[in-house]
Amino acid sequence: MKNTTLQDSSRRAFLKDGALLMGGLVISFYMPVKGGRAFAAEAQPKAVFPPNAFIRIAADNSITIVVNKSEMGQGVYTSLPMLVAEELEADWSSIRIESAPVAAVYNHTGFGMQLTGGSSSVPSSWEQLRRVGASGRIMLIRAAAGQWGVPESECHAENSQVIHARSGKRLSYGELADAAAKLPLPDSVELKSPKDFKLIGKPVKRIDTPVKINGSAQFGLDVYLPGMLTVLIARSPVFGGKVKRYDATEAAKLPGVQGIYQVPSGIAVAASGFWPAKTARDLLEIEWDEGPGAALSTPKMRMEYLELAKQPGTVARKDGNTEQGFKEAHKSVSAEYEVPYLAHATMEPLNVVVDLTPDHCTIWTGTQAQTMDRGMAAATAGLKPEQVEIHTMYLGGGFGRRANPRSDFVQEAVQVAKVIGKPIKVVWAREDDMRGGYYRPMWADHIEVGIAKDGRPVAWKHTIVGQSITADTMFESFMIKNGIDATSVEGASTLPYMIPNLQVELHSTRNVVPVQWWRSVGHSHTAFVVETMIDELAHLAGKDPVAYRLDILPAASRYRGALKLAAEKSGWGKRKLPAGHAYGVAVHQSFESYVAEIAEVSLENGKIKVHRVVAAVDCGMVVNPDGVQQQVEGAIVYGLSAALHGAITLENGRVMQSNFDSYAPLRYSEMPQVDVHIVASNERPTGIGEPGTPPIAPAVANAVFALTGKRLRRMPFDQETLA
Amino acid sequence: MISFNLNGKATKVDVDPGTPLLWVLRDHLHLTGTKYGCGISQCGACTVHLDGKAIRSCVTPVSTANGKHVTTIEGLAETTLGKAVQAAWLEVDVPQCGYCQSGQIMSATALLKENPHPSESQISAAMDGNLCRCGTYNRIRSAIQKASEQLGAAK
Ligand code: FES
Ligand code: FES
Repeated sequence: MKNTTLQDSSRRAFLKDGALLMGGLVISFYMPVKGGRAFAAEAQPKAVFPPNAFIRIAADNSITIVVNKSEMGQGVYTSLPMLVAEELEADWSSIRIESAPVAAVYNHTGFGMQLTGGSSSVPSSWEQLRRVGASGRIMLIRAAAGQWGVPESECHAENSQVIHARSGKRLSYGELADAAAKLPLPDSVELKSPKDFKLIGKPVKRIDTPVKINGSAQFGLDVYLPGMLTVLIARSPVFGGKVKRYDATEAAKLPGVQGIYQVPSGIAVAASGFWPAKTARDLLEIEWDEGPGAALSTPKMRMEYLELAKQPGTVARKDGNTEQGFKEAHKSVSAEYEVPYLAHATMEPLNVVVDLTPDHCTIWTGTQAQTMDRGMAAATAGLKPEQVEIHTMYLGGGFGRRANPRSDFVQEAVQVAKVIGKPIKVVWAREDDMRGGYYRPMWADHIEVGIAKDGRPVAWKHTIVGQSITADTMFESFMIKNGIDATSVEGASTLPYMIPNLQVELHSTRNVVPVQWWRSVGHSHTAFVVETMIDELAHLAGKDPVAYRLDILPAASRYRGALKLAAEKSGWGKRKLPAGHAYGVAVHQSFESYVAEIAEVSLENGKIKVHRVVAAVDCGMVVNPDGVQQQVEGAIVYGLSAALHGAITLENGRVMQSNFDSYAPLRYSEMPQVDVHIVASNERPTGIGEPGTPPIAPAVANAVFALTGKRLRRMPFDQETLA
Repeated sequence: MISFNLNGKATKVDVDPGTPLLWVLRDHLHLTGTKYGCGISQCGACTVHLDGKAIRSCVTPVSTANGKHVTTIEGLAETTLGKAVQAAWLEVDVPQCGYCQSGQIMSATALLKENPHPSESQISAAMDGNLCRCGTYNRIRSAIQKASEQLGAAK
């Protein structure tokens, strides 16, 4: 196998061998994610953040920054080093990156474990990594001042050098690293004022682009160990099913097949490579004990969900008195909404390489959840967590799938490694990945709104039906309070509009279909539901949809800034659109960021064509504007794929989709022009990986209404007939 | 035994001739820049050049390559055109997760080889078979246009 060996041994040396490091001591501080989602308050880890865990300066002046978040396309291998480099006064061109091993020092500052998710990488590292960089800078300056015998206050750092301006002396960081490493850590550090930022806020090219254009970036699937076997697994076609009996006679005859084993998740075929493994796997004859999952069919589930949506559920939010509100309303409207299960469908299908020995387990994979995976791997292998090493490779997309609360793909791979006793690579064929579950839940919603004479909403009752993604996981105790999974109702329970009587209720359903977070989580469905209903109210009131929203948003709301900027930049209400085109708008807050999107849509042969999307984003201070542009554009494509085409459906428990022919992501020819505008802000940075996704479906649906008078209340839209 | 020229080097492999070229490249030759995304010619992640033309290696039996020239992303920089496309990709900073990008670059290069100055609709037709789940399509278009301009300028 390539590269990895060298990288690995240096990584281990880095952890053990203080001589290699800059900074021999440890600074200790804990930065809570202010107002962060989830369970920041509960986690409270006593984490320590030594600069030497994050920064390594070599004699040649190269600076390696160890990144404790997984790079899945969202740009953390660039944005996080920027935070360190800014305060370190490092020469950006000398920055290298390395992915962090699993260790407490690399825990997420809010989650108390190593995890990449919740659009929280920059927000949770904002203080931490700038402090790390600043500590390093102070130590380097101290080392130089000591050597020159001058006061520290006369020295400053710039471009990876410490400079004594009066004498004109300068020393490079490479020359100072050893001396700086022997110094104690500074007691306190002062962070730059944003007006002095040199890197933060400027568009910076991604550090990982060069390896991603020449084929050398190493994803999990690219790891090859000597003597490694490739394993494909036949899993139950029905979730929860078990092998009753199987016949591997034909499969075993194929050249290249090395063994066929029953494993907890099904029947595993080990072979010399993917092709023989897949061919043999597909030849297996297996009889399954399908279990209750076989009773699940989408049409029936939809009816059940819609029925439940009309029943009282558990109250997630209650303002005023909706009953009274409806009595006083001038009129009322109601509607029901449906969205299907969705697969993440990362471009790189799931895969895990495991090398298991009696006292050690080494794993190479693309994961967003190293600590959980390590714990699960250890428990499965009968080892201690310290005996498990995880190498985080480049992730060919994550979107939440690779942060599995049950560590499903890692657990399975270790189970297989235990049975086979050789280094293995478990590969999920695209079909396996598509049918492997952990979907965005399907949802049904019912909304009833009481409207005053002036068209404003006075009573709003929203009932949500769907599975909880955190029930029965380690996240349950943080996320589920009084029977409400916050991720099921977010975006609905956080409705910003001024409505005096408002009630949101939830029915958490249960079945065997595994569900999980999917880029923007609950917002992926609630934004569609609430923002199309608000649009409906605007039209009923005979008001402009932007003006109507501004009317009912609180005066200080940050939604307003995003909405106004998108309206201004798109020429909303001013620009004359080509005949047969219409604009639709939506605005939504998720992960503490506010995004408004305006979609320009037409119909081509009865199909929705999205020509252009103008997005305006308020995500606080921006670290890398180019990264924000990429993320918002990507989030729109992800949301648009789901809005137009995405659906996982079941028939007798079987997933009807299997590959990109039946589950179609947006293609090049469907791509709209996307303009991303950033709302200038001095607020602390908030999420950007996900918040671009929620508004696109309602923006498009609202444009379709403006165009055709037809309300889209069901995703995906390509199932609707539009004239 | 199947032999072909791989990125300029004579290469022989002893495999079942029905094995898709993709898996010979990856599992036998450990050239991992060519990616697996779907296995059924739906995503383009596995795109390589066979005698200069873009093909989906996941559905191309290795026997098809016998006696021919195969170029993968690892060998692309050998040509001026390939270098120009990679340079444009770098300048535009196209990749996000990067997984689809080898295939995107191979498709784009094959397009520009045949048609150095493609129109928007020709780009769209050529690139429609390459999925990008991260949504880099607009940057792909910019990079192709940039490479096309640079090729024009070099003449
Ligand atoms: S892997 Fe060949 S086209 Fe998808
Ligand atoms: S860059 Fe991630 S799939 Fe294209």
